[in-house]
Amino acid sequence: MLKEIRIAGFGGQGVILSAHITGRAVALHENGYATMTQNYGPEARGGAASAALVISDQPVLFPYVANPDILVVLSQEAFTRFTPEVKEGGTLLVEEDLVHMENLPQHLKVYSIPATRIAEELGKKMVLNVVMVGFFCSITGAVSYDACLAAVKDCVPAKFLDLNIKAFDRGFQFGQELLVKGTKPEADTESEAILESAN
Amino acid sequence: MTHADPRCVLTGTHFINGDAACCEGALAAGARFAAGYPITPSTEVVERFASRAPTVGGIFIQMEDELAASIALQGMVWAGQKSFTVTSGPGYSLMMEHIGLAAMTETPCVFVNVQRGGPSTGLPTLPAQGDMMQARFGSHGDYSTISLVPSTPQECFDLTVTAFNLAEQFRVPVMFMMDECVGHMTEKVVIPEASEIELYPRRRASKPPGEFLLFEPGPDLVPEMAHAGEGYNVYVTGLTHDNRGYPLMNPKMQRELITRQFEKISRAADQLTIVESEGVEGADVVIVAYGITARVSRRAIQMARDKGLKVGLLRLICVWPFPEKLIRELAPKVKALVMPELNMGQVVIELERCAGGKCKVISVPHPGGTVHKPADILEAIERGAQ
Repeated sequence: MLKEIRIAGFGGQGVILSAHITGRAVALHENGYATMTQNYGPEARGGAASAALVISDQPVLFPYVANPDILVVLSQEAFTRFTPEVKEGGTLLVEEDLVHMENLPQHLKVYSIPATRIAEELGKKMVLNVVMVGFFCSITGAVSYDACLAAVKDCVPAKFLDLNIKAFDRGFQFGQELLVKGTKPEADTESEAILESAN
Repeated sequence: MTHADPRCVLTGTHFINGDAACCEGALAAGARFAAGYPITPSTEVVERFASRAPTVGGIFIQMEDELAASIALQGMVWAGQKSFTVTSGPGYSLMMEHIGLAAMTETPCVFVNVQRGGPSTGLPTLPAQGDMMQARFGSHGDYSTISLVPSTPQECFDLTVTAFNLAEQFRVPVMFMMDECVGHMTEKVVIPEASEIELYPRRRASKPPGEFLLFEPGPDLVPEMAHAGEGYNVYVTGLTHDNRGYPLMNPKMQRELITRQFEKISRAADQLTIVESEGVEGADVVIVAYGITARVSRRAIQMARDKGLKVGLLRLICVWPFPEKLIRELAPKVKALVMPELNMGQVVIELERCAGGKCKVISVPHPGGTVHKPADILEAIERGAQ
């Protein structure tokens, strides 16, 4: 079982930390292997941020991700740039308030969540990445609830622990409800060929 | 051997990158001083060291440039501490002069180079293995040192400890040749109990001041060391020097000194043949690789084995000194040795020399910026198997 994952957004959203939490969950709290790499831009903050995560039950040999099985996008730029790379039949997780899905390939399974809005309801926009980790955990089943929650607890400061656990649970719950309802690709879908030429 | 100081060892299971693991390795190995001029992709090593060192009585100084960093650390070694510096390509070039000084003065220390694409400023955030020949021959004059290459964050920890141990044992500057990919890759790293980490202690003077000579070779040709301020006569110079350390510039002394400095390494060839081999016995083709490239090669090997080819992997952990004897023995037993590197073909020159025409030697060069596609290595394996 080898899964290639990309999580992308802009700097400050906690994209790298969300990949770190997920990888940590697999490598430290399940008996799996996880390798995380990240793309560095020249900007100190505010630019594009993207992390790649390879998880497996075997040691990971090739560290990079070219065609992810699962793509998580938290910005329009990330959606435009990385969606064409997702494997045939792959999964796309979207921050629905920040991404307008145009030219969506038909082969993808798409799940969206207003992660930032949920984080704001909880009192701190900052935890949107942990909402997303909960959502990821719920939808993909790539890593167990317990392992993910343990990794969240490892990675956040003690005084924000409760908030982060709530954020994780809200994301997870949102995913569970969505799975009951079934997937819902929202925007127009066009052929992959058109999409590729657009990029 | 002694053991690591438990106050400095972050025992446990971590999810950290190679740079962080290297820093923890240095702390576990007993390094209490680093001087550096931070540069991508090595910055995280010293960033972490700067925050961790004061908690264990250590010091980090951000110097004005790499020349200063590479000389400050040697001052600290002669004052009694284990020291290192961390850099990447452009900084490594600036450090060359002082790497020669460390070799000439037999100063035990570690130079960490997190390699990035070059030449010049090249690709600051992307990997390469283009400094491998520089690690061996970069400084002027003739010298022999040790270069280790890790291929995982776990090894960035383990081998940093080894690097410090070898530096102390042989009294040479050890080159720790990481790359951007390994340095910035985050994986599980297990740091053992301090009592399980063996350290090679400094070879302190066993004779009292007056009788002790600073560069008198021991039975293994390595001299003992006295630090400044301990009552010994500590005269350290980059000039050709006699056993007291005083300049003595003539052909006889040059021959004696330089020959000994080479021999202390060459005599230990067996100990310094540090490799990992897998499936080499009975293989038609053996991939010889190091660092991240060895790891990527494993996928190519899996693909080749699926096609029924007999392929093995010889991963060089210690690249310099080159495992000459091992290659001379291996070459007649195989059809081909294949060497992928993230450079245009550097260590393969040495591989070809040692293979001595007894088998095909196939270079799989790559200018860096990313790692090899396994398919490219597979293609070379298939050519080698014909």
